[in-house]
Amino acid sequence: MYLSTARLAPVARTDGPVRRLLSGNVLALGLVSLVTDVSAEMVTAILPAYLVLGLHLTTVQYGMIDGLHAGMTALFRLGGGYAADRWRLRKAVAGFGYGLSALAKLGLLAAGPSVAGIGGALAADRVGKGLRTPPRDALITMSVPEPMLGRAFGVHRTMDGVGAFLGPLAALGVLALAGSGQAFPAVFVASFCAAALGVLLLVLFVRDRREPAVRVEPRAWSPPWRLLATAEFRRVWLAAVLLGLVTIGDGFVYLLLQRREDLSIMWFPLLAVGTNLAYLLLATPLGWLADRIGRGTTVAAGCAALLGVYVLLATGGGSIPLILLLYGAFYAATDGVLMACTGPVVPERWRTSGMAVVQTGQALAYLVSSLAFGAAWQVWGPAAACWAAAAGAALALPLCGRWLR
Amino acid sequence: MRGRVVIAVVAAVVLAGVAVGFARLSGDARSAATLSAAPPASPSARSPLWSGVLARSTADGAEYGRLVIAGPRGREVLPLSCVRAYAAGGTGICLREQADAPGSYETVLFDRSLRQTWSSPFAGVPSRARVSASGRMVAWTVFVQGDSYAAAGAFSTRAGILDTRTGDVAGTLETFAVTLDGRPYEATDVNFWGVTFAADDNRFYATMSTRGREYLVEGDFAARRVRTLREGVECPSLSPDGTRLAYKKPRPDGTWRPAVLDLATMAETPLAETRGIDDQPAWLDDRTVMYGVARDTRHADVWAVPADGGGRPSLLVPDAESPAPLG
Repeated sequence: MYLSTARLAPVARTDGPVRRLLSGNVLALGLVSLVTDVSAEMVTAILPAYLVLGLHLTTVQYGMIDGLHAGMTALFRLGGGYAADRWRLRKAVAGFGYGLSALAKLGLLAAGPSVAGIGGALAADRVGKGLRTPPRDALITMSVPEPMLGRAFGVHRTMDGVGAFLGPLAALGVLALAGSGQAFPAVFVASFCAAALGVLLLVLFVRDRREPAVRVEPRAWSPPWRLLATAEFRRVWLAAVLLGLVTIGDGFVYLLLQRREDLSIMWFPLLAVGTNLAYLLLATPLGWLADRIGRGTTVAAGCAALLGVYVLLATGGGSIPLILLLYGAFYAATDGVLMACTGPVVPERWRTSGMAVVQTGQALAYLVSSLAFGAAWQVWGPAAACWAAAAGAALALPLCGRWLR
Repeated sequence: MRGRVVIAVVAAVVLAGVAVGFARLSGDARSAATLSAAPPASPSARSPLWSGVLARSTADGAEYGRLVIAGPRGREVLPLSCVRAYAAGGTGICLREQADAPGSYETVLFDRSLRQTWSSPFAGVPSRARVSASGRMVAWTVFVQGDSYAAAGAFSTRAGILDTRTGDVAGTLETFAVTLDGRPYEATDVNFWGVTFAADDNRFYATMSTRGREYLVEGDFAARRVRTLREGVECPSLSPDGTRLAYKKPRPDGTWRPAVLDLATMAETPLAETRGIDDQPAWLDDRTVMYGVARDTRHADVWAVPADGGGRPSLLVPDAESPAPLG
């Protein structure tokens, strides 16, 4: 599931032709994400079994493969965002990213037992994800009028979440059809088919905004981080970084739940399922709420939910469903809404880059926070580490609320 | 617009057809290998064969994945399919795919007549299995995904132990109290794998990893405690006389070589095997260590090598892996 790969999303407003709420474009992008997430989560669901049983790969080798491209995604995110803006190729860059991830599924099939081949295919998949996310979110912002951005992102994230939810089920379905838990090639082929459908849907139904020929400042090469020079954008970026810093990571949350309830490992994967369910159910209503009562307020409410999670984890209070509900609510109140906040503060000319800068900042902050939380757990013990995280969330609550007004 | 919708619908149908068709076809090719995990009909004839080496067959065809017994009377294929297996003292453990839920796995215990005596599903991918010499204690290791305290998407291990006499289960050793280098230790990233039992059916050895290092630990099941003994030992296996551990010694290039550790002196003896192995070794007898060597991703052979570091590896059971000595 989403474990940790901080899902970052960007925002924008429209100053171009105003489209009706939830324009076809948003639904089309949502559909593309849904189908693509089915594809991605199918592979995620069977990857451990494939690597361990199918290929006799060891954890050490897998760790090496995985470590190789953690940083690459961020780099490609910024690069893709810049290219999309520079040459007005948002749809093309997004399509390239989706296409690359689709081909990566065939790459897994073709790589066979080659560790380098598998590493390459997984790297291509991540590069594709890095490339497509900012232009996709930029396209969403350009599809609806500014006051409806929250709803647009909410709907998109709900559809995205439905895909993530269906993916593992689809993988099980393919395995059941094949009658074997080791029919890995069948899952890769099915995953490719879903991804290819996603690309096709993008090509057929997603429209890029054709702005009038831009009076480009011919040689004004403006690096994306130049955006940070404006105070408005900096505040949104700081809020994103702060959110990244106070998110300790799904893995830790689930581990704490599992330990305190002495949950059978049978049930462990269901924790992620529960969070995802809450996320996808709440993303749309909370996006709508954000348009009504203000995005900063909604993000602050998300921080409050996160604070609740940490306090319950620290004290051992609350039930598992309640904690998962709060945790999913936190994601639903912040993920899309944060992107809805980004759009309006970035000139349309650099919107994709702006999204990429915000997403990358949040992702890097998130990396730092999970390391810090791990260290705090080690030194102070889990309860104290949770209190520290709660203090962080309590601090982020008013700050995010203010910065994202 | 209508044209595009038609294209999309047609494409969706075609792609779904490809996906389903491919799954169907790959299913047919494999169904022979995964059928029948049912207990056998004629248990009585089994007992004389309960000697030799039990292993998992990697021979192509209907035998693939079945347990085999390679003994004085040749190779007998058992009707039991497992991903990992071990047996000792009349107790067998089989980590296998659940018949009605492909992709889900369960631990099954069986007796000398291959009757199922206990089973429990688990979430994860089977990795190791072991039984104490008396047949009373059983242990299993599985990979799980989702702990993600490390890199995103990385997966970790869970090792569990069951006392078949009392029914006492430790679902994961991560709940045990850890003493690292003599000091109490608590961390989130602790993983255990590759358990082996001492003769008293309480003490055990295993691998513990934390912060990127792998330790040999000695555990006390009743007291729910483990303590580290040294580094650089993975998947230990205690010799029948209880004096030495055979194990995989990690090497800088990410492969392992088998070695033997003398528990009295802590002296390490590399074995005369130069290939990389990734299997928990087992002792054929007090002088011989055996282990599976992969030929490719689907096939492996069981090799044996003297435990004193001399001699040369010799092929023990072709087309097999995951060996266990049967008295």
